[in-house]
Amino acid sequence: MSRGTAARSPLGALTGAMFKGFVRDRMTLFWAVAFPLMFLVLFGGVFTGQDEAPKVDVVQVGAVPVLDDLPAAARDSIGEGLDVEKRPGLDAALDSLREGDVDAVVTQDGDDVTLHFSQADQVKAAQVRGLFQAVVQIADQAASGQAPRFTLSTEQVEDDSLEQIQYVTPSLLGWAVAMSATFGAAANLVAWRVSGLLRRLRLAPIRTSSVVLARVGVSVVIAGVQAAIFIGLGVGAFGLKLTGWWPLIVPLLLFGTLSFLSIGMLAGAVSRTEEGAVGLANFVVLPMAFLSGSFFPLDGAPTWLRAVSSCLPLKHLNDGMLDVMVRGQGPSALLVPIAVLLAFTVVLSAVAARVFRWEA
Amino acid sequence: MGAAITVDALVMTYGSLRAVDGVSFDVRPGEFFGLLGPNGAGKTTTLETVEGLRKPDAGSVAIDGYDPWKRQPELQRRIGVQLQSSAFFERLTAREQLVTFASLYGVASGRADELLEQVGLTDKANSPVEKLSGGQAQRLSIACALVHDPEVLFLDEPTAALDPQARRNLWDFLEGLNDSGRTVVLTTHSMEEAEVLCDRVAIIDRGRLLKLDTPQALIRGLDVATRISVVPGLVRPHEARAWPGVADVVESDVALVIETRDPGPVLAALAERDALEGLAVTKGTLEDVFLSLTGREYRA
Ligand SMILES: Nc1ncnc2c1ncn2[C@@H]1O[C@H](COP(=O)(O)OP(=O)(O)OP(=O)(O)O)[C@@H](O)[C@H]1O
Ligand SMILES: [Mg+2]
Repeated sequence: MSRGTAARSPLGALTGAMFKGFVRDRMTLFWAVAFPLMFLVLFGGVFTGQDEAPKVDVVQVGAVPVLDDLPAAARDSIGEGLDVEKRPGLDAALDSLREGDVDAVVTQDGDDVTLHFSQADQVKAAQVRGLFQAVVQIADQAASGQAPRFTLSTEQVEDDSLEQIQYVTPSLLGWAVAMSATFGAAANLVAWRVSGLLRRLRLAPIRTSSVVLARVGVSVVIAGVQAAIFIGLGVGAFGLKLTGWWPLIVPLLLFGTLSFLSIGMLAGAVSRTEEGAVGLANFVVLPMAFLSGSFFPLDGAPTWLRAVSSCLPLKHLNDGMLDVMVRGQGPSALLVPIAVLLAFTVVLSAVAARVFRWEA
Repeated sequence: MGAAITVDALVMTYGSLRAVDGVSFDVRPGEFFGLLGPNGAGKTTTLETVEGLRKPDAGSVAIDGYDPWKRQPELQRRIGVQLQSSAFFERLTAREQLVTFASLYGVASGRADELLEQVGLTDKANSPVEKLSGGQAQRLSIACALVHDPEVLFLDEPTAALDPQARRNLWDFLEGLNDSGRTVVLTTHSMEEAEVLCDRVAIIDRGRLLKLDTPQALIRGLDVATRISVVPGLVRPHEARAWPGVADVVESDVALVIETRDPGPVLAALAERDALEGLAVTKGTLEDVFLSLTGREYRA
């Protein structure tokens, strides 16, 4: 109950009041927590799996030693793309191939391996021919007893090498944190100014910085809750695999929050109405989210777009998040993102302080 | 407890409008002081400058020697303010507002429930402020101004949104506020309110201080008639006009109004004729004081 004996500090009281104001507002809760989560479920859950090439269904009629005697290692790698089913009759198998129920039929007669395929699905046709080329080569090598002279190792350059969920969790989390920090600060500042509460607070024996610090505290807590929910859901439901240094997101969340709070403070300082502030925040954060690769990677984007992107604080927040959460990078990966975020914070909050108004 | 306030030749302008135009007055420690005037007179502007919300364009303001414009915590802790429009933390309950404001002033929140009771909001303690009526919000705002037991209290039209009953209840509460030596400054449109509450009243119009005195002296000094009205038809107007001390008699469909500077004999004459039905006696009002000071109708 309220019959407390000791007084809370002004900062504690302001933080408590702001936090209650936040959690009691269903709309802000929705935008800060439920809305980004919907994106996570959408990008992480529904679209997952489309990344991998679909398997080819192959019917094997009779004994096919090149397949049956495939070395274990090769079987593993080739088997990933291949679903082999044994059936007795060749004619029936060819019928299902013509009808498109399977992608290829394979038989072997002595040293002759015959692959029947259908050109109806050209991608599958190419895929299955490539696969069997490899199978036959491996068998050839095994028969000749020679070690292979060349080896091929493959490395993909795009972030597509990360599974979808590995990419979207850190990037969407960056966007969610940016959004709620910006909106929270902008809407809060304007609402308090319009209601006259800022004037009232001006007469209370508190430091102006207490009001700002309270907002920082609330936004950092919100960011922490967002991170916990995102990571919990990602790991628990969508198979997100975190790499060793993932707790380094804590400083990233802190500096990201500060940076976007200062954007929000600026939006709040120049806006007259709450709607105006939220609109302005939207106008800044939404395009920035696209340009920073929060929703999809920018690897295919033109160079100039990527140059623009690298000037944006959200891009660096996302990069940092990806580095420590899923790319297995360590503390050194924080240096650039934190430096950029801090620079934005310093500059924008200095501007916000200059244009700050107590009264509507 | 209690602090003196000095306002000297205060000028406040909004663009070309001189909202406060050379106002000077002193408030003594422990005094209940009223600023009275019609809409736009400059009461709020004056009060907010004294509180420290506005910087004087000219002249000076001091509370116990401090300049309120320089936000000094040691002064701010001694001041309580209720602004003309209530300002609260959104989505907090009435009690939470009080607890939060108490913390801002560095005091424990033990008085919260007591204050809620004193302003008649006990049953609204757990209602969010958004659900309070205008009058309830105003009373909560007054409670918030008092939560740290300030030495100086500023109230800007504290009873403006209240119904007559709530207004009287609040008067009872406000009346006791300077008993312990607290200085109270309030603004109002209502002479009745000023009379009930204030030790001295400053009448303000168009940014100027017209007169400063006790309410009694203001009304006594007024050269206006007392109006005695009864239902029409009980006394003939020409008969009443012949009574001693009667200045004028006006009969309408709803009332017979007798104007006099000496109400005693007129009341006796009415009683004698058993003509007291619907009796109402009105002395000088703010309207009259205002009229006599400005020559204009009061336009509150
Ligand atoms: N922020 C402002 N900007 C411009 N003019 C203002 C502002 N505030 C007040 N005024 C003008 O200054 C004058 C005095 O206003 P003030 O609010 O002090 O009056 P008041 O006596 O408190 O009136 P009320 O009884 O309606 O509260 C009015 O003419 C008003 O229009
Ligand atoms: Mg006013």
